[in-house]
Amino acid sequence: MLRLAALLTTLWTSAVLAAEDVTTYTLDNGMDVVVIEDHRAPAVVHMMWYRIGSADEPVGASGVAHFLEHLLFKATDTMESGEFSRVVAENGGSDNAFTSYDYTGYFQRVASDRLELMMQMEADRMQNLRLTEDDIATERNVVLEERNQRTENSPGALAQEQFRVAQYQNHRYGVPIIGWKHEMEQLSLDDAQSFYDLYYSPNNAILIVAGDVEPQEVLALAEQHYGPIPFEPDLPERIRPQEPPQRAERRITYTDARVSEPYVTRSYLAPERDSGAQEKAAALVYLANLLGGSPFSSALGVALQFDTQTAVYTNAGYGATNLDTSTFGITVVPTEGVSLSEAEAAMDQVIADFLENLIDPVLLERIRNQLTASEIFALDDVQGRARRYGVGLTSGLTVEDIQSWPDILQAVTEEDIKAAAREVLNKDQAVTGWVVANEEQAK
Amino acid sequence: MIRVLTALWVLLIATPALAAVEIQEVTTEGGIDAWLVEEHSIPIVALDIRIEGGTSLDEAGKRGATNLMMALIEEGAGDMDARAFQAAREDLAASFGFRAYDDTVMITADFLKENQDEVIALLREALITPRFDQDAIDRVRAQVLSGIASDAKNPSRIASAAFDGMAFGDHPYGTSPDGTVDSVSALTREDMLTAHRNALVGSRVYVGAVGDITPEELSEMLDTLLGDLPEDGPALPEDTDVALEGGVTVIDYETPQSVALFGHQGIERDDEDFFAAYMINHRLGGSGFESRLMSEVREKRGLTYGIRTYLVPKFHAEVILGNVASSNATIAEAIDVTRAEWDRMATEGMAQEELDRIKTYLTGEYPLRFDGNAGIASILVGMQVIGLPPEYVVNRNDYIEAVTVEDINRVAGELLRPEDLHFVVVGQPEGLEQATD
Repeated sequence: MLRLAALLTTLWTSAVLAAEDVTTYTLDNGMDVVVIEDHRAPAVVHMMWYRIGSADEPVGASGVAHFLEHLLFKATDTMESGEFSRVVAENGGSDNAFTSYDYTGYFQRVASDRLELMMQMEADRMQNLRLTEDDIATERNVVLEERNQRTENSPGALAQEQFRVAQYQNHRYGVPIIGWKHEMEQLSLDDAQSFYDLYYSPNNAILIVAGDVEPQEVLALAEQHYGPIPFEPDLPERIRPQEPPQRAERRITYTDARVSEPYVTRSYLAPERDSGAQEKAAALVYLANLLGGSPFSSALGVALQFDTQTAVYTNAGYGATNLDTSTFGITVVPTEGVSLSEAEAAMDQVIADFLENLIDPVLLERIRNQLTASEIFALDDVQGRARRYGVGLTSGLTVEDIQSWPDILQAVTEEDIKAAAREVLNKDQAVTGWVVANEEQAK
Repeated sequence: MIRVLTALWVLLIATPALAAVEIQEVTTEGGIDAWLVEEHSIPIVALDIRIEGGTSLDEAGKRGATNLMMALIEEGAGDMDARAFQAAREDLAASFGFRAYDDTVMITADFLKENQDEVIALLREALITPRFDQDAIDRVRAQVLSGIASDAKNPSRIASAAFDGMAFGDHPYGTSPDGTVDSVSALTREDMLTAHRNALVGSRVYVGAVGDITPEELSEMLDTLLGDLPEDGPALPEDTDVALEGGVTVIDYETPQSVALFGHQGIERDDEDFFAAYMINHRLGGSGFESRLMSEVREKRGLTYGIRTYLVPKFHAEVILGNVASSNATIAEAIDVTRAEWDRMATEGMAQEELDRIKTYLTGEYPLRFDGNAGIASILVGMQVIGLPPEYVVNRNDYIEAVTVEDINRVAGELLRPEDLHFVVVGQPEGLEQATD
């Protein structure tokens, strides 16, 4: 233990963090532009983020945001179906897209001298997509097979889907991003087209360009290619049904013969980062680390994997960056011979002890230092830096919020963490889920 | 007194789209060879070490020993038990990775420049004086057994276990490197010491390093870190044939989507036709949306979310593999289309225009791989493991450009043998019969 104290004196400075070089801009049609410079390699990531995700979908059309993401690779007025990705590949690049609850994004990674071509094509498919009934029929089967692969074939994913339904009873976070199967089967050209016409608009979009580029050149190209796209006057304000206060514990047991080992998870409703108010979320980042970060030093890891042989795996996790109310989750996979009741009781005891006891200052400083270090390591990942802005800006944060987050994390105190823990770790605001292979395991 | 015997290769890649990757070959005083790319703009270092041997060195009846041993390397060393070791690592904000593969073990470290000496001292303890405490063995063994139980219910893992068993039989490639419930349950501390002695061998080390570090610093660091490893290890495994016949194996498993793994004999990495084979595979089922199989099975017919094929040149055998997942009702059609495309490529090859397109992609994409310190370190060590020289990064695109459509069409006929394709299908596929040619 003396050794640890000695090592703590070798703290590093955060002077290097000032190196981040970010330029922001807004076009007249409302499109936001973020340029992140990294001149180490002559490559660039070109990303288009839309402030639209599965939680913005109309009732009855779950999965349409993700379905449309697939359809954006089909024909436009001037490009044939599949040509987008083919041209990217012919230029030595790679491309893909992603959909979440709060955002949909498209990206290409290419040599930096191909940036303009990417902009030209991305601007084209923002306004000139030409969907056909054939596209709908075939691609709908593709997303149904994607659901089969990700969800129907995975008992853990099916269980998670059930738990979220229980967690979010009014907010659309309770509906899976990929959609419910019976609604996906009915998705029509009209569903996709109307979603596209309204939301794929410059005033709902954020362009992020990261890599070996000069901001002024990027801004000029953005003006040229995205500037002429008309502002969408009917774009609605992003108001979604919010989750009411939860007042009673919710419990679910999911049974599936394909489960290899039973486990218990607890998911609490938790506040997310809000613009100008990120302190509570920052405290929850520490709480997740202290409760279930490292298996060797976190409260759950030490109590259930070292002091006793209750669990083979423990974890706590928190999604800080969300547009609306987030979750704080804990998972315990018991050791063979330990029942789920016993595992859950042991988990609850760890939580109770945590709320009762002081936080070890050595642990707290270790996490603080690791967060500082992670900012330095993050500079090595240009695509990760771009994603950080994309996720933040589509989740209601500003550039200033995103840039002040590391400092806010550093300012978290023990009192902040204890207060956040008392607020969040309340079973009456949580779903407790058991995942088992048979009824015997659920006893 | 540090004397660095450095044969300095300075390789500036020439085309405008290419990253200026400058690979230096470093030979330490202790005789360890390493490749280095200096990148001083961020005060971090990525180290990637591979040691030839891997899980194929498991002794008879000890399947899973190397895998468990590598998982235990971070569970206590010297006078530190597991928790003390991890606390020391976390205090230094360093990340370590320890993994066991078929033919190599991997050790990675990502750390802040200013903690370099302490990090290397800590990592050295782990590599040279691991404790293998009984409580750590029991704890990590339970985690490995948990993984084995999980694999037994995972359609993809069920498929690969069956495929490997049929293809490689008694060779180590024929069984899971994690071991079985029985073999892992029986492993002792003595087995861990033996596996450690066998897998971490100084003369079989390859090193890639990238970041804020000079050749002199790297040289001294590596002698500290690896200088005390034993020089010689046990004999490496023999080469093996792929004992697989064409056909279909169905493994009944109650799940809505069938998972298929397929393949046959492949091509060696140092075969003179490897580049042609690589390009054929790229066109047939390589990455992205541009392959024929993605086009036919996904884009045109909507039968799957994804289909891929891979050239897998292991050290002691070579296969070409592919995988696809489709509903139980449609997997048979997906397999029919796959066979047809395999046959079409084998008999017709590809057109000049297709080849030109592949060349444009592959030559343009190559420099973009040199991205981020850890990624570049991985490329550097990977090249050494398969025996490529540093100048390969400069010449590689020329090798691609030199492949002609005649080469492609000749090699396609040799590489791809539809009649030898074996499909292992896990699920409840409709209209698909178990069959062996």
